[in-house]
Amino acid sequence: MGTHENPNVPQIGTANKKGQIITAPEEIFFTSERTQAFLTGSEVIKEAVKRSSVDFSVAYPITPQSEASSLVGELYADGYVGDYMRGESEFAVMGQCAGAAFGGARVFTTTAGPGTLRAFENFPMWAGARLPIQVVFTVRGVNSPLTIQPDTLEIAFMLETGMLLWHAEDAQDLFDFMMKGYIVAELPEVHLPIGVICDGFFVTHTKDVVNMTPENVALPHYNPYANPTPVMDMETAPIRHMRDPFIMKSNYISYMTHASWQLEVKAAMERSRKMTRKLLNGLIEVENPDAEILLVSSGTAVSQSREAIRLFRDKGVKVGLVKIKTIRPFPKEEIREATKNAKYIFVPEFNVAGWMAREIASVVERNERVIAGPHVAGGMTMPPEVIVEEVERTIARMNKK
Amino acid sequence: MSKEKIVINPEFWDIIPQDYRDLVDHATYGKSDRGWKDVGSSTELIAEHSLCAGCPESIAFRHIMASIPAPEDTVMVGSTGCTSLVFPMVAVQNIHSLFGNQNAIATGLKRALAYRFPNQVKDVIVLAGDGATVDIGLDMTLQSWFRQEKFTTICFDNELYANTGGQESGLMQKGFVAKMAPQGKKFEKVRLPEIARESGCAYVAVLTTSKPSLVERVVKQAVLIAREIGPTYLQIYTPCILEIGKQSMEGLQEMRDSESAGERFKFREFITPEAQAFIDDMNAKKKADKLAASANN
Repeated sequence: MGTHENPNVPQIGTANKKGQIITAPEEIFFTSERTQAFLTGSEVIKEAVKRSSVDFSVAYPITPQSEASSLVGELYADGYVGDYMRGESEFAVMGQCAGAAFGGARVFTTTAGPGTLRAFENFPMWAGARLPIQVVFTVRGVNSPLTIQPDTLEIAFMLETGMLLWHAEDAQDLFDFMMKGYIVAELPEVHLPIGVICDGFFVTHTKDVVNMTPENVALPHYNPYANPTPVMDMETAPIRHMRDPFIMKSNYISYMTHASWQLEVKAAMERSRKMTRKLLNGLIEVENPDAEILLVSSGTAVSQSREAIRLFRDKGVKVGLVKIKTIRPFPKEEIREATKNAKYIFVPEFNVAGWMAREIASVVERNERVIAGPHVAGGMTMPPEVIVEEVERTIARMNKK
Repeated sequence: MSKEKIVINPEFWDIIPQDYRDLVDHATYGKSDRGWKDVGSSTELIAEHSLCAGCPESIAFRHIMASIPAPEDTVMVGSTGCTSLVFPMVAVQNIHSLFGNQNAIATGLKRALAYRFPNQVKDVIVLAGDGATVDIGLDMTLQSWFRQEKFTTICFDNELYANTGGQESGLMQKGFVAKMAPQGKKFEKVRLPEIARESGCAYVAVLTTSKPSLVERVVKQAVLIAREIGPTYLQIYTPCILEIGKQSMEGLQEMRDSESAGERFKFREFITPEAQAFIDDMNAKKKADKLAASANN
């Protein structure tokens, strides 16, 4: 029985057991009246989950997401989340999330840094099994010696898992991306897991003004039967998958099956672009694309770039901005177009690897224009003055040559 | 799910695979007295398999599939290993995701099904090898018991890693010479049944698959107790005849030898008083129904 015809599931226009009116996503996102609130990122996670008709959530403590996942527990105790538990490790947590998603539940969890890497084996499995689980990564350092500080290195590990990856710049993005993320990830033609990323501490632990959708309005429930794979609930006739399991076979049919499924996961990600453009108002945001100097990045690095651009403006230097909202799918056409007139493409990043610069260099023409940096790592902040200084020094050095 | 959900359009009857037609004609779905005696006549849940000829695991699979009380509402969770070669040919929905995470998957699955179908029975059964259950997945096996997750865990104990070619496992006997144990295994067979009891399982049984009626009794008991009371654990010896140097026809004797007095698979079971009361109550009801039925005749 599909969710839309299940009498136990509240439909659009009716109230759930907490009195929230189930409302069409477009109406919630674009026409409902928003009210301002002053919240930490952790509180924003709670507020987004509260409005997302989540069936199941698993929590496990790791800084800096511990507060958010315990706040989701409070929502469960209040009756806003179907079921909730503490797992025993991130590897187990992501398995518990998978089990619930196989069983047809809308699932939410959060983790960070070392937790992401401990859970890692699960992420390509989620994508291959087409489970539209949402995980919020409150990214932090993964290096030894032990650190709990903000750092975006873990995203580099996530790039080829087959998951949608959206990077929030601030608390407002986090709120919107979480709710919109479910809508895109659960489209039958997409049906992939989604990681909504925010920078640990910078977003989770600071307060910001957020325009909130009404508290008494919630997203429609997930319909597990609008799904490219069968739901594991024995509500549809079971079939024997095959006579000859592919796993052990070294033959063309086996290779072909695995290869085509991987291509299908890639294609599903491509198909997510259309609805994502509509809901996020584009995969990138652009300011002053005609400027000679562009700052291109995602997450908190964008906020710091905005400040740097203001400092440049005071100096009479015009600098443009490209904010990348979706890291997967990567907005290659948009970035190529937005950067086509720039002479210098600077990529400020909160990690030591410069993976975002590599991603950008891989899609733009004349990619000697892409300059990786400035970098900070291990929890360092990136004052706008550092960006200005790095840009000026680099351009001076390049002009000397 | 009821059998009524499996309907074939008469126009297509002649092109529907035999498996599927069997599911419609002969499925034991909804039959409360289904059991091991159906093995020969009802092959809709499992017929062929891709295991070695004579593999006791394939026999155990048949006995278990014939014995689960409500296959029409049962979802199974497997893990990597020889069992994952059979599951694609089992006609109840089943999940393979990773190696060793089966009890984590079952935890989320059971909770999702309980939440989505509050008024319907949905049984979850884990079936995995000893490497998955005791070595790589031990943490998740135990934690699901600590948390009293309501599903059954069945371990096919062949005392080694069979699918990868016979390496040492935690359930291997001490002293056994195997790959990765070139001087013989240096520590005792892990006492998982005892650990299961101490970890909160309501019902634990150790057996081989040599006696189908016994398999039927413990499987039914384990699934029903898990449905109503708490976690249950079955450890079934399914020797890997290939890796212990036996012939195809010697599996049954190997199991019989291992269950004699003092041997490691001598049948033993543990049941909590609460679970025992539940079983007694169920049996009393069954008896009363039978008496009433014969009185009506």
